[in-house]
This record gives sequence, C-alpha cells and structure tokens, in this order.
Amino acid sequence: MKFGILVSEGPYTHQAADSAYLFTKAALEKGHEIYRIFFYHDGVNNGTRLTTPPQDERHIVNRWSELAEKHKLDLVVCVAAAQRRGIADAEEAKRNGKDGDNLAPGFRISGLGQLVEAGIQCERLVTFGD
Amino acid sequence: MSEEMMEEGGGGVIKKFCYINRKAPYGTIYALESLEVVLIGAAFEQDVSVVFADDGIYQLTKGQDTAGIEMKNFSPTYRALEMYDVEKLYVEKESLEERGMTADDLIVPVEVLSSAQLQDLMEDQDVVLSF
Repeated sequence: MKFGILVSEGPYTHQAADSAYLFTKAALEKGHEIYRIFFYHDGVNNGTRLTTPPQDERHIVNRWSELAEKHKLDLVVCVAAAQRRGIADAEEAKRNGKDGDNLAPGFRISGLGQLVEAGIQCERLVTFGD
Repeated sequence: MSEEMMEEGGGGVIKKFCYINRKAPYGTIYALESLEVVLIGAAFEQDVSVVFADDGIYQLTKGQDTAGIEMKNFSPTYRALEMYDVEKLYVEKESLEERGMTADDLIVPVEVLSSAQLQDLMEDQDVVLSF
C-alpha cells in the first residue's frame, strides 16, 4: 500500500515523532511504499540537525536522516511552520537574512501543497499527532 | 491554477478531504495552521468538508477580540472560505449544546450535525485531517 505520513508534534516532547518513525520503518520492512513524510506544526522540529540529545538517548533527527538515505524517503518540512519555529535550509536562511541554517540531511523545505498532494496520491494518509 | 499544479495535484483526481478542528482558536496554534492547510488545499480543487467540534467551535464564535493577548484575530478568514469554494462547514450539535451556544453565535453559516451524523460523514471521506 502507498502511505503518506503526517507528523504534527515535536521530537522528545511527544511520542508522535517516535510512533511515526516506528510505523514508517515497519511499513517499509513489510514492503509498503512511503510516498512522503510531511512535518507540520511542531513536527518541523524533527528536521533540525542542531538537535543534541544525551548520548544514551535515541537521536530522533539522525534516525530520520538515516532512514531517508536508506530508503530514498521524501521528508518534507512545511515552510510556513518552519519559518515560525526557526527551521531553515541554506536557501531559506539567505532569503530571510539569517546568519545560519539548520535543516538536517535528507529533509527538504516545501509548501503545504505537498501535504494535500500526498493525501491525493496515497491510499492512506496517516497522522501522528496529539 | 497552472497546468503544472494540476499535474502535481494528482491529474484530475478528486478526493473527499475532511478537516476536523477540535481545539480553541488561540490556546494552541492548531486552529490557525489548520486554516492554512484548508486555504492552500483549496487550490487543488478537491471535495472539501470542514468540521468544527469540541472546543473547535470557538474558532467560529462572533466578536473575537484578541488585542489583549497580542495574537492576530484570524476569525474573519473563515468568512473568506466561501471564495475559495470551501462551502461545506459542519458543526457538531453536542459541542454547541455543551457550551450553551447555537449556530447564531457563529460568524459563518454552518450545517449543524449530530455526533452520529458526523460519524457517517467521516466514514464517507477519503482523507481525514484532524487538528
């Protein structure tokens, strides 16, 4: 089955980010297709490479990046939600006159249309949120 | 809408999209960012329904004044939904009653549905996004 995934909560604060990852991993292992993972609301915080959890804790951001690289996943961070929360790639940072960027490898920043389009293209759009 | 967007949007596929708003407008950002999805989504020309339930019905209350909390009052935007061809707005009857409200307290015309009727409506959708 072709799945789209929506992640609506931030890492470490809420289990949604973990559940989304574990669901995605399990679905891929079962041979399903993950068309896109869209990060919205505080979910955009899953995409900052500045995340530095204690070493004996899971690294939620790196975990996404690694999974994306292994399975060529499309990890999309909502641009409007990202701007509010200070998540930027190099291009966005430059456009907004910021002195740094923080988007993690494997993620890209794009618009909300990508969420709606995933809803149209996928057989199931699964939300992980509050 | 450009041809490119049409293609990106799914090549003429029309699905039933249902947005469910359950939270009060200003205590958290969900209501505002839900509205942003509805507005952007309108460009994809899908069959859209927007549901308000629980504290989500407060998003539609008349006379919102946000000056004291330094937030933008975005409630007028709900009145603009019609211009985006988002015309199916539903409010849960039980949520209104529990809060001592009627449809007259709301800034836009809505259809009031019982919890059971909303259940049927949701059953009928292709994509349900809950905020």
